Amino acid sequence: LAADVRSEVPGSVWKIVVDDGATVAEGDEIVILESMKMEIPVIAPAGGTVRLKVEVDAVVDEGDLIAVIE
Amino acid sequence: MIDSVLVANRGEIARRVIRTCRRLGIRSIAVYSEADAESLHVLEADESVAIGAPAAAESYLRGDVIVEQALRAGAAAVHPGYGFLSENGEFASAVEAAGMLWVGPTPSTIEEMGHKINAREIAKRAGVPVTDGSGRVDTPEAAVAAARSIGYPVMVKPAAGGGGIGMAIAADDAELTKAIETAQSRAARAFGNAELLLETYVPGARHVEVQVLGLADGSIVSLGERDCSVQRRHQKLVEETPSPGLPDALRAELLTAAERVAAAVGYRGAGTCEFLVSLETERFYFLEMNTRLQVEHPITELVTGVDLVEQQLRIAAGLAPTLPETRPGGHAIEYRIYAEDPQRFLPSPGTITRWDEPSGEGIRIDSGFRADDKVTLHYDPLLAKLCVHGADRESALARSREALDAFEVEGVKTTIAFHCELLENEAFLAGRHTTQLVASMR
Repeated sequence: LAADVRSEVPGSVWKIVVDDGATVAEGDEIVILESMKMEIPVIAPAGGTVRLKVEVDAVVDEGDLIAVIE
Repeated sequence: MIDSVLVANRGEIARRVIRTCRRLGIRSIAVYSEADAESLHVLEADESVAIGAPAAAESYLRGDVIVEQALRAGAAAVHPGYGFLSENGEFASAVEAAGMLWVGPTPSTIEEMGHKINAREIAKRAGVPVTDGSGRVDTPEAAVAAARSIGYPVMVKPAAGGGGIGMAIAADDAELTKAIETAQSRAARAFGNAELLLETYVPGARHVEVQVLGLADGSIVSLGERDCSVQRRHQKLVEETPSPGLPDALRAELLTAAERVAAAVGYRGAGTCEFLVSLETERFYFLEMNTRLQVEHPITELVTGVDLVEQQLRIAAGLAPTLPETRPGGHAIEYRIYAEDPQRFLPSPGTITRWDEPSGEGIRIDSGFRADDKVTLHYDPLLAKLCVHGADRESALARSREALDAFEVEGVKTTIAFHCELLENEAFLAGRHTTQLVASMR
């Protein structure tokens, strides 16, 4: 079972908080986006192994895939 | 008087400064990044110069480029607006060293007040109350020791900060340890300075600030207060003047305290002293001084009849102010229209497809956008400020409802819907709200 983690806002990737392949718990920060001088944390919707789909400085749109939790 | 001004800013505040320049017959020079070439502030200025790429660090924060362009354009003065380089002492120095007038306080005042630990000391020496606080804290361990001595809950603040960035409330050792790490990284990134301080958190307080003017002859006058208690993420959403429910005696004490702080540093120009006020205990505490024009300055202009930008320019030129003998009085409220969703206040950049502003008696709009403009993710999400003025708070609130209903923006989400909701909130309507109001609504 895999869960898609999508961006809620248009922005750019400021910081990758966990390594690709890391194990996270529900509610952990995976990535921090930046948009309009605001930091927007992207949170794991479920626990599992993180497969990152973005790199630092990547520009993302609302709904874009940030990571998959396996 | 000054004959030409370069406005080192964008959006609504650049337009605001240009408007006064035009009225006074002063030549205005706009600056713009590649993202803003078609913006209203560029169209409305007498001249304009490109200063770089869209990212603020490559344009609006390039003090060296701005000084060079100001000299090339023959500007007599530089007005920084708010944000960007407005509280950057080095930039102010560079403007003066290049032989131009800086529309703001001296570079040394900017530096003195820009550091919150230092500003607290200045206020204390001037006999103005501050909350219990720490000196500089660099590690979670030092923070925990300091917090235990001043008592939880505490507020964590970047010493060189502003705009609510990096601020957090901590109720115990564990929360504080976590808050310190986050705040340090945010402060280092946003302000280039990771220094933090702690202050006692004052629950149930109002955020009230006082507008001061340091005149060319060295005297200080205050122009009333503004209540800024409606905040999200420690950032203001709505401001009003006078502050509802503030007893006259307490108001008088606040104005005197602000004048004392300003006098202590020989303040020049427009500035704002921020305080936390507990209406329950009738006590107040100095928070910080903003050494620039404030976003919410229009509500002070509406009730005093003073053009604050004109006074800033007159003071910079060494001239006496033009303060009206009689003030319009009444009550004024500002609603910040941000490109954010009105529920969670997440940013909403995009292209504006519809922009219809309300107009009429007692309504003032300071906006930076129009239909077909792009709201990019490079800058602050402030689109416009809707200000309403009425004979009293009740009539200002009634006018607010009509104006907000008539303000139509499509293509990006905005905080207009939040403001409509606020006008249904009993605590706000009764003027009994505190800085926790928005959190209590969400």
